[in-house]
Amino acid sequence: MTSTKAHDVPVQELDRVTIRFAGDSGDGMQLTGTQFSRAAAVFGNDISTLPDYPAEIRAPAGSIPGVSGFQISFSASEIHTPGDAPDVLVAMNPAALRANVRDLVPGGAIIVNSDAFTPPNLAKAGYATSPLADDSLRAYTVFEIPVSTLNARALDGLDMTSKQVDLTKNFFALGLMFWLYGRTMETTLAWIEEKFGSRPMIAEANRRALNAGYAFGETTELFHETYRVAPAQLAPGTYRNITGNEATALGMLTAARLADRQLVYASYPITPASEILHYLSAWKNFGIKTFQAEDEIAAIGAALGASYGGALGLTGTSGPGMALKAEMLGLAVMVELPLVVVDVQRAGPSTGMPTKTEQGDLLQALFGRNGESPIPVIAPATPAECFDLAIEAWRIALHHMTPVVYLSDAFLANGSEPWRIPELDSLADLRVANRTERAGFYPYERDPETLARPWAIPGTPGLEHRIGGLEKLDILGTISYDPDNHHRMQLLRAEKIARIARDIPPLEVFGPPEGELLILGWGSTYGAIRSAVERLQGRGLKVAHAHLRHLNPFPANTGEVVRAYERVLIPELNLGQLRMLIRSMFLVDAEGFNLVRGKPFQISEIQAKAEQVLGDR
Amino acid sequence: MTDQLAPSLADAAPSKLTRKDFASDQEVRWCPGCGDYSILAQTQKVMPDFGVPRENIVFISGIGCSGRLPYYMNTYGFHSIHGRAPTIATGLKEARPELMVWVVTGDGDALSIGGNHILHSMRRNVDIRVVMFNNRIYGLTKGQASPTTEFGQKTKSTPTGSADYPIHPLVVALAAEASFVARSVDTQTEHLQGVLERTGFHRGSAFVEVLQNCNIFNDGAHRAFTDRDVRDDRMLILEHGKPMIFGKNRDLGIRLDGLRPEIVRVGEDGITLDDILVHDETSEDPTIHNMLARIYWPEFPVPIGVIRNVPRPTHDELVDAQIRDAIARQGPGDLARLLRSGETWTVQ
Ligand SMILES: Cc1ncc(C[n+]2csc(CCOP(=O)(O)OP(=O)(O)O)c2C)c(N)n1
Ligand code: SF4
Ligand SMILES: [Mg+2]
Repeated sequence: MTSTKAHDVPVQELDRVTIRFAGDSGDGMQLTGTQFSRAAAVFGNDISTLPDYPAEIRAPAGSIPGVSGFQISFSASEIHTPGDAPDVLVAMNPAALRANVRDLVPGGAIIVNSDAFTPPNLAKAGYATSPLADDSLRAYTVFEIPVSTLNARALDGLDMTSKQVDLTKNFFALGLMFWLYGRTMETTLAWIEEKFGSRPMIAEANRRALNAGYAFGETTELFHETYRVAPAQLAPGTYRNITGNEATALGMLTAARLADRQLVYASYPITPASEILHYLSAWKNFGIKTFQAEDEIAAIGAALGASYGGALGLTGTSGPGMALKAEMLGLAVMVELPLVVVDVQRAGPSTGMPTKTEQGDLLQALFGRNGESPIPVIAPATPAECFDLAIEAWRIALHHMTPVVYLSDAFLANGSEPWRIPELDSLADLRVANRTERAGFYPYERDPETLARPWAIPGTPGLEHRIGGLEKLDILGTISYDPDNHHRMQLLRAEKIARIARDIPPLEVFGPPEGELLILGWGSTYGAIRSAVERLQGRGLKVAHAHLRHLNPFPANTGEVVRAYERVLIPELNLGQLRMLIRSMFLVDAEGFNLVRGKPFQISEIQAKAEQVLGDR
Repeated sequence: MTDQLAPSLADAAPSKLTRKDFASDQEVRWCPGCGDYSILAQTQKVMPDFGVPRENIVFISGIGCSGRLPYYMNTYGFHSIHGRAPTIATGLKEARPELMVWVVTGDGDALSIGGNHILHSMRRNVDIRVVMFNNRIYGLTKGQASPTTEFGQKTKSTPTGSADYPIHPLVVALAAEASFVARSVDTQTEHLQGVLERTGFHRGSAFVEVLQNCNIFNDGAHRAFTDRDVRDDRMLILEHGKPMIFGKNRDLGIRLDGLRPEIVRVGEDGITLDDILVHDETSEDPTIHNMLARIYWPEFPVPIGVIRNVPRPTHDELVDAQIRDAIARQGPGDLARLLRSGETWTVQ
């Protein structure tokens, strides 16, 4: 450690590496992880990331609830998940070590900030003795590095408090990781300049910390090899890294452009959906109107009012807010106006685990209203796909004059992956016309193909009419209590939504078109299922994967697909909601694989379950 | 649609419409004798005065007997769900600032299930005109107590008398910072027209309480002071800039004793007109307005008229201004560039 000369260490080529950065929530682990992700993405790796925020905003420093983590998987080939188990854990304190070590692969590497392993910190993490001193970590390779001390030394001479100095130690760790994985520091140096340019001392401190970490790697003899992960072969195009929430926000804005209509986003803050409000509120120069409502009911009411006025009325929330919106969604069904409701699902019931992921709202989205109240439901499968499905939500809402529920979840919302940025002129035209012609105007006369009713917005002369939640007389739209009319209208509303199946792509199958096992999924389980199926297929097993984006109505060929296999396995982060639908609609004996731990599936879990199902035959 | 800003109401072309033009073809179906008929009639009567084209007027209601009003107006109308009309109106105004939007509601709709939305639509100064029909009962659901039902009153849901203290709707409106607050009575048709007309010309959050008789479930709830032979002595007609004088002989007045209002007789005990409070609806300070919103029969005459009128920029104007500012500062949004923002890389 005393040598200041760079020494040569062998370089090992790896296909894929998964790193988890963990520390106290004050340690800047999200930033560290994001910076590493950017560098990997810009280098050309395929990447997938997952932050793990502590639930409490200000949990006591050094405690287990205060641990914040960020996992990144980067690879020389295509990947679909942030990785099951980290190969490397960077732990900035004992609590971070304790909270994360059991996730590590056997034999994995642990890099710890040994300075933080003080008796009080060990006590806060619940360690009776230091895990660095006993042999509890013997299954791993542990690198003890006095990060705080080394970093403080590097910043020596700067006019900063020791507390300020300590805040930069995460960049020391980041610099070290850059060295270990053969990355340049360019992207992070540029970021420091952009972020702290106006505060030269802070910028200098962060630069020094980063460089010192990198230089430490070069000079220390602790590491016997470094690693390289070659760029992946991604489809040509311009890429950026994107989270599901940002992709959702961008997709909604883009949809408004494609529809050539005003976007009005009304929302009440709730984890993990709030970011969508933050993004859209910041894009005022795009003409977006955002409205932070007094509650979720007001939010959907405002969105519906905006749609009534001819705008794209959009609202976003999570499960508890979704419950509050139910009555207004029913009104939207009755008045047949376009409206999109984003539900970024989180672990329920009730307040549940707000920062954790789950797929528990599928049946709520489909059926959580009074009366027969059919609503199209769609769900993106990956963070980047949130962009496409946001546009798809509006395509359906506008062409079929209906509210649409868009189900994201905490995993998609916060997770990120490279996104191939589309050319705007390659996207579908979403424009639909308002009704303006007076002659023959009836508020509930339907398009013969889609059964959509005309969109006659206030301000249109001669089309003054009244709508509302009371049952409508077919065609005329006046109030009606006629029994046969009510029956007819119920069937018409159901048929209108069912016909959307004609207008959506068929369910695609990855793998053999028929055979022993189909794994059917929806939403954010895509990555884990696809990776597991790739592995199973690699071993010669006849396993296929199909992933639903449209959950109501299902693609027209869904029945055909699920009936083509001997066994159908449906992994879900709920207790079997899609399975219930598939069984009841197609009479197939689908099996569930259901884990509700607030965490995404691991690839290995799905793989093992599939093997078990196949082995059972 | 983004750039379309609201023309002021005064700019609108003079209308040649009449009351009839505002009546829809739907058969009106309130109970015979219901106060709602008069409110509908006065509403239809004043509509032509605003010079707003019929297609630019929207009536949005919640659920209750009052909620049926939009069906009878030949304008755009939206009969929504219980208590939530202000939310829909807020979103509509956000999307379409040029529209003239009325919200029709009841004492239960506005103050019970919809209380939160009244509070927030008023404080935001959303440019909507809320007309609350106060019959002090749940009419549509056949006679349960409402938030304005008298303490101790027997209703279907309070057979031994209501144990809930009622609220004063206008105190709520003032607390919520409505920029226009007024009261009128279903049976005083000219007064009601006058108030509705003032309401229509106001820009911003307006809250109007109309004392309305539900002759089926709460008959005579306001009769003690609205009856023809007592009303001069028991009601106080507010006029901006005029002393608060009432009584058959126009000799009773409201005077402040410290912070407390009291009734005095002009000409007695040396009291002159100069001692009587002068109504100032435009006063920023709401103290006197609050007092007027609270005083009630039998302790005091019931004030009717415009209590408060303090225009300020409306929510839709502020939202539009922020967008214009952002465009002026940053230029109109370039979507292709936004999609490419942050770190990008190219794969050949
Ligand atoms: C969510 C919901 N809860 C309850 C009702 C039943 N409901 C309809 S109107 C009403 C009360 C109406 O009272 P008010 O607002 O005073 O109107 P009025 O009929 O007196 O004009 C109630 C409780 C409903 N329609 N929706
Ligand atoms: S129940 Fe009362 S408020 Fe309703 S229509 Fe009849 S009289 Fe009017
Ligand atoms: Mg009532």
